[in-house]
Amino acid sequence: MLLGMNVVVCVKQIPDPADPGALDPQTNTLKRDGKLILDESDSYGVEMALQLVDTAGGGEVTLVSMAPNGEVSGLRTALAMGAAKAVLVSDDALAGSDALSTSKVLAKAIQRAGEADLILTATESSDGYTGVVPEQIAELLQLPSVTFAKEITIDGGTLKVQRQTEAGYDEVESPLPAVVSVTAGVVEPRYPSFKGIMAAKSKPVDQVTLADLGIDPSSVGWAGGGQEIIEVAQAEARAGGTIIEDDGEGFQKVVDLLAELKVI
Amino acid sequence: MTVSKIWVLAEATDGKVATTTLEILAKARELADTVEVVTAAGAEIATEVGAHGATKVLAVGGTDGKLLGAPLAGAIAAAIEAGNGPDAVLMATSYTGRDVAGRLSVKIDAPVITNVVDLVDSDGRLAGVEPIFGGVTDVITKFTTDKVGIFLVRPKSFAAEESGGAAAAVEELSVPDLGATGAAVVTSRFVEEKTGPSLDEAAVVVAGGRGLGEKENYQLVEDLAKLLQAAPGASRAIVDAGWVPYSYQVGQTGKVVKPTLYIAAGISGATQHLVGMKGSKNIIAINKDAEAPIFAVSDLGIVGDVHKVLPKLIEALQARS
Repeated sequence: MLLGMNVVVCVKQIPDPADPGALDPQTNTLKRDGKLILDESDSYGVEMALQLVDTAGGGEVTLVSMAPNGEVSGLRTALAMGAAKAVLVSDDALAGSDALSTSKVLAKAIQRAGEADLILTATESSDGYTGVVPEQIAELLQLPSVTFAKEITIDGGTLKVQRQTEAGYDEVESPLPAVVSVTAGVVEPRYPSFKGIMAAKSKPVDQVTLADLGIDPSSVGWAGGGQEIIEVAQAEARAGGTIIEDDGEGFQKVVDLLAELKVI
Repeated sequence: MTVSKIWVLAEATDGKVATTTLEILAKARELADTVEVVTAAGAEIATEVGAHGATKVLAVGGTDGKLLGAPLAGAIAAAIEAGNGPDAVLMATSYTGRDVAGRLSVKIDAPVITNVVDLVDSDGRLAGVEPIFGGVTDVITKFTTDKVGIFLVRPKSFAAEESGGAAAAVEELSVPDLGATGAAVVTSRFVEEKTGPSLDEAAVVVAGGRGLGEKENYQLVEDLAKLLQAAPGASRAIVDAGWVPYSYQVGQTGKVVKPTLYIAAGISGATQHLVGMKGSKNIIAINKDAEAPIFAVSDLGIVGDVHKVLPKLIEALQARS
């Protein structure tokens, strides 16, 4: 039996999705200036981790993140939920990082965070949504992995996951340590309490650079990308349709169109 | 210069090749001289993929009961290392496709170009077209090194079409020792029963969002869907809220649908959602906020209360039938 368990959760701090995104015209990458918040997709992993540690009767949740300019505001949200500490990687050489660069950095940061029984991620971030980071981290750390988890239990040191599939779900088992990506919406992330928010201010955030992690700057960011954007173009726009204010008879317009399309 | 050889990851259930695989095969054979598939499904798919233009099935054995990411990526990477690899590997943005792509990218130290909706030849190298900001902008990306290009292609980006090819030849592709990485095993499978047409195949989709107000009101979406023989769908917001299961989700994270008609009820049209339904032939939106982004892609937009419009619509349709 595990007596307590340590869970690392990879979290991303992103521009508020309520603000429309934009590309930097110089670099054709997403602009990441302004205040960053905790990606909502990651709040489910944080909640899941806190519940697992609670059930295990000990251990702690450590956050790992990579962000420009030592940004911590999103991390503080997750610390206020109950995570114990964080490792934050910031380095100018990380600008332009793709998913593979990000994974290389996160994998090193996870190792720095200490012995972990389980590493959780979201299935994809809300701003970049490549969805390949969880498996990349697992491969870099040479660990087994289960993606798209809707339920996680630990049974006598064995990981048991209900994994989302096209048809329903699979029950998957794996030894620990392992990497698991958590599907959004499968748990109810707790709201940080006032006490939690106050406590989060003094929780340790280990701020590190690429040099601290022993990563060659030329292997990540723009330098290590191995891909280039050759064109940015306006996509073909849909022709605007008819927009009407419902006057109580709006449904009739729908019925007419359904008939026209021979749906009815 | 053209792309000489493309590998397509072929997914299959009970010997039937996934539509997404057939879609990618149609594009692959347009781009490359030689198209081959890599699969855990075995020789039984040789006739079907052959009819869609693949000349060879590279069968990866011994994967029974395993999650497929690690063994398939291991087999592909080993072949590339031995000098037998393709110019590019194409996979669907599926559960398995993403797992394979992530692991393979680390093994060959090459990036993945994701969320691709089109592929173009750029001076003999494949480039991927990826829509961003809900599809208003296209970004075209290509690799700058000679490494094998890994692409994740969104479902329904191409039309599946038979080429009339003969059954593909079958060759074994062996899996190297995976160490701990291959340790995850599937112990049982559960199929969630759903009635009516599936989201993927339905000609009409009726989807609901947060504008429905509360879980009980999703019944309006179900009722309308039933009347139209449509598949019920949902925005991420109400899936996250637990109103309906994840399998209902339309959007970037959920299913991509391209029905003849898409009806969005109480859905504002966040980027996340638009990406999954913007390709529908006709779109009807009902939303009380006249500024909602969903109206920008709608053929018919009703600015109104779904709680009033839907019951009247349902009543009118019931009266006709």
